[in-house]
Amino acid sequence: MRKMPTALALLALLGTTSALADITFFSTQARPLEEAQQMREIALAPYAEAINYMPQETGTFLSRLEAEKTSPDGALDLLGGLHGELGSLTPSILTPLNDLQGSLADTGISKQYMTLGKLGGDQQRYIPWMQATYIMAANRKALPYLPEGADLNALSYDELLAWGRNMQEATGSPKLGFPAGRKGLIHRFLEGYLYPSFTHSVVREFRSDDAVAMWQKFREIWAVTNPRSTAYGFMQEPLLNGEVWVAFDHTARLKDAFNKQPDQYVAFPAPAGPSGRGYMPVVAGLAVPANATNPDASRRLIRYLMTPEAQIRTLRATNFFPVVEAELPDDLPASIRMSGKAVAAQSSADDAVLSLLPSGLGQQSGLFNKIYRDAFVQIVLRDADIEETLDILAPRLQTLINTSGAGCWLPDPPSDGPCPVK
Amino acid sequence: MKSSSSEAVMPSSLSSRASASLADSSSQLAQTAHKPRRNDMAWRWLFRAGVSILVLWVLVPIALLMLNSVSTPEQITGWPKTLTPALSFETLDFFWHYQGVISALGNSLLAAVFTMVIAIVLGAPAGYALARFVFPGMNAYRMIIILSRAFPMPLLALPLAVIFIQVGIDDSILGLAMVHATLALPFAVLITSSLFMGIPVELEEAAWLMGCNRWQAFRRVVLPLAAPGITASAVFAFVISWNEVFASAILTVENRTLTAFLVQSLSESPAEIKYAGGLILVVPALLFLFAIRKYLFSMWGISNR
Amino acid sequence: MKHDRWLPYYLIAPSLLFMGAFFLYPFIQIFAEAFTSSDGNVGLANFTRIYQDFNFWPSLKNTLLLTGVVVPLQLVLAIGMALMVTRMNKGRDSILYIWTIPLGISDLAAGIIWLAILEQFGFLNSFLSAVSVIDAPASWLNYQNAFALFLAVVVAEIWRGTAIVLVILVSGMGLIPKEYDEAGQVFGASYWQRLWKITLPMLRPSIQSALILRTLLALEVFAVVMMLGGSDMPVLMSETFDWQFLYQQTGAAAAYAVLIMLISVVITGFYIKFLNVPKEAR
Repeated sequence: MRKMPTALALLALLGTTSALADITFFSTQARPLEEAQQMREIALAPYAEAINYMPQETGTFLSRLEAEKTSPDGALDLLGGLHGELGSLTPSILTPLNDLQGSLADTGISKQYMTLGKLGGDQQRYIPWMQATYIMAANRKALPYLPEGADLNALSYDELLAWGRNMQEATGSPKLGFPAGRKGLIHRFLEGYLYPSFTHSVVREFRSDDAVAMWQKFREIWAVTNPRSTAYGFMQEPLLNGEVWVAFDHTARLKDAFNKQPDQYVAFPAPAGPSGRGYMPVVAGLAVPANATNPDASRRLIRYLMTPEAQIRTLRATNFFPVVEAELPDDLPASIRMSGKAVAAQSSADDAVLSLLPSGLGQQSGLFNKIYRDAFVQIVLRDADIEETLDILAPRLQTLINTSGAGCWLPDPPSDGPCPVK
Repeated sequence: MKSSSSEAVMPSSLSSRASASLADSSSQLAQTAHKPRRNDMAWRWLFRAGVSILVLWVLVPIALLMLNSVSTPEQITGWPKTLTPALSFETLDFFWHYQGVISALGNSLLAAVFTMVIAIVLGAPAGYALARFVFPGMNAYRMIIILSRAFPMPLLALPLAVIFIQVGIDDSILGLAMVHATLALPFAVLITSSLFMGIPVELEEAAWLMGCNRWQAFRRVVLPLAAPGITASAVFAFVISWNEVFASAILTVENRTLTAFLVQSLSESPAEIKYAGGLILVVPALLFLFAIRKYLFSMWGISNR
Repeated sequence: MKHDRWLPYYLIAPSLLFMGAFFLYPFIQIFAEAFTSSDGNVGLANFTRIYQDFNFWPSLKNTLLLTGVVVPLQLVLAIGMALMVTRMNKGRDSILYIWTIPLGISDLAAGIIWLAILEQFGFLNSFLSAVSVIDAPASWLNYQNAFALFLAVVVAEIWRGTAIVLVILVSGMGLIPKEYDEAGQVFGASYWQRLWKITLPMLRPSIQSALILRTLLALEVFAVVMMLGGSDMPVLMSETFDWQFLYQQTGAAAAYAVLIMLISVVITGFYIKFLNVPKEAR
């Protein structure tokens, strides 16, 4: 027992060594451990000042910021998060960055993205940082089963269904996969891909006849989808172990498969429905908390991260593409080359339907996603009646949109006031 | 060392009460009292088999996790699994070089030790009070203590963070340990109170008669008997703190614990990282339990023999 | 003794003050939030909201079912293990150490461990295919196989959570004076009779504590279920967590938390009433 005080003193020493005056970069992106490490080693290492890069789950990220908002000296210097995550914070938490607009004007950031960064207000609450989207990936083993006449780069949902059927018949097990697990992003598939492709809308036509037909089609597709899909978070894993041959996911969540076995996989655009080929770009932004202790240091770091060089480094680390104009070098990892091509094909397709991230939802963003996930679980997994389910959910969707006051966003045509659910 | 004294002061009234409860059933006992030899052997084998199965039941899953964490990623995603991995330490090595792991480990240990100390220093006296006294408000106290554990912690972290920031103990290991201690304290109180209840009050009374005051009697008679159980609840406090994620993630920024720092994003990492991380999470707790196993059980052994 | 009348209050005061500051204060805040709707009205709006949610009944059912299955099994298993321990001679310390290992393993780690075993390409399937029970890897953990999923969580929970019950019972058993058992032997009572009439009744305080603790923990089961079952097996705690951190509706999350607490209080009250330890018996 006499050793106790010594041990305690030793521990106390250990505990205090870590508190340095670094720039604390709190981020919901590049969260998987390897990615976080690459973020530090590739993207942030060249920066002159010491940076403490701390990836954080969305929930604790938001909670920490809300808890800190009353404090005059915040512990965090720079925030990195998705559009929806930054948007769901109390706006006053993020200091306006209007002063950075000028210096970034000629970097080639799209106006649309800069506008998103205003979060529906007049102030620049975040600076667009990097972008990504969702694409399809397939194991080459799956290609022989493509339905006759189908073009991988212009697939339709009907052909995807036929493909899935062929694979199931040939192999005896369903080989399609969706990220429908707890950590998966299936809600983005529904909001940004399925709904726009079938209804050319995401909110207005939520319970339209087209939407009912869409859910019926998705049920059919689900019948030839691996039922383990409800456990998938990152599709690269089931792709790599062969549980799944054809999958939809975020580019950053497919990269392991592409990098580890570049010759085994192909990347291609998402399928098209009757209304076109819906697709959704994702934007992550950089923001500075209003109570950051050294806002100049934070701004300096933002400026660094917005340089073409840093953007390419970030691309290597995270598989998120630059938002500024940057010349891509030739030695990029396989995942970036492969997904880059698919992304370009997707957005430049003749029938492409651009679907933007929900905007103006504020604290209702999480609930918005829940509506679509609930619809999926009830209709597809629990086999509930489609129209009944949509009729229960539509008023909830309307309520949360009214609460936030969000107007319609693409592909829905603009609205006066809150976006109406028909 | 106290076993002899416990026999000496064992009041005869107790044993007679126990035997009285047996008296009514004693008639049916005669035929079962002496069993044939062969039956004994069978029992012994059954006993050994049972113990072995339970040992394997605990160890095999951990061994499999270890196997996975020294396998190559290809083996982990491969099929079927073999029991002879390629012994690749690449993944474990990744963790070792992960920036900030060492200081996070230190923070975790420190928070766990603080938690342990707070929980026992505050919890054991309360456990003793609940066991030895009948006092107004006792049930209310017990209820508050239990209630506290019945409420999900992640929700409480947010208001706590707000106060911590105001008070200035935000992002400190001590502050975090206090929150962890609120999780561990109910266990400490309940475990110690059932322990003290199990120690016959007559032992203490005998010590009083021999001239000890209340504190001396407690220290010389009760404490040695209760030490293993107190250690058990201390270990439990340690483990609670070690494994807690949410409060750590919200209440600390620079001074992260290992779970908040590393483990939080484990479920999103590729399989090989997940398994190696799982092992890293398991090993320190194993070592800690191993280091204190003597305290945990040896005292009990003496008092029982 | 006059001194004695206040002693218990002195003894509980530090812990009470501590809990007041670090539990009661935030608790009251969250508790109030449960009864405050988003527009500031006091009422049951949050409870109606979670009640109408699709996941309410499944999560309540799963949690209660899990608790109802896991806790009794753990108690029986732990009693068996504790009895084995008392009959052991050599190697007892090592075996006890091994049996208490899961005590140090977090929910998350336990979930990872069992995921490695039970996943489609995991050790269980490898074993089954090696002994030719199955031809191709079967998928145990999927929503179409609710029973297997439930069973997997039960197995993992029993593996992880029995140790705490064991430790409490072993400590308690060590405190039963062996004179009682000897008296039983003198009267010719068989092992089982001594177990039923002496050991278990004497063990009641420990059993009560173990049951209360284990049940509270079982009602808050989260990480193991999420690792193995994900969104296929919602439980009360995962809903609480999601409403707070995913949907950012603290009121609804608080309502779930209050519900968990309510269930805990009812079950704890039940244990206290029916496993009551009469004061005179001590």
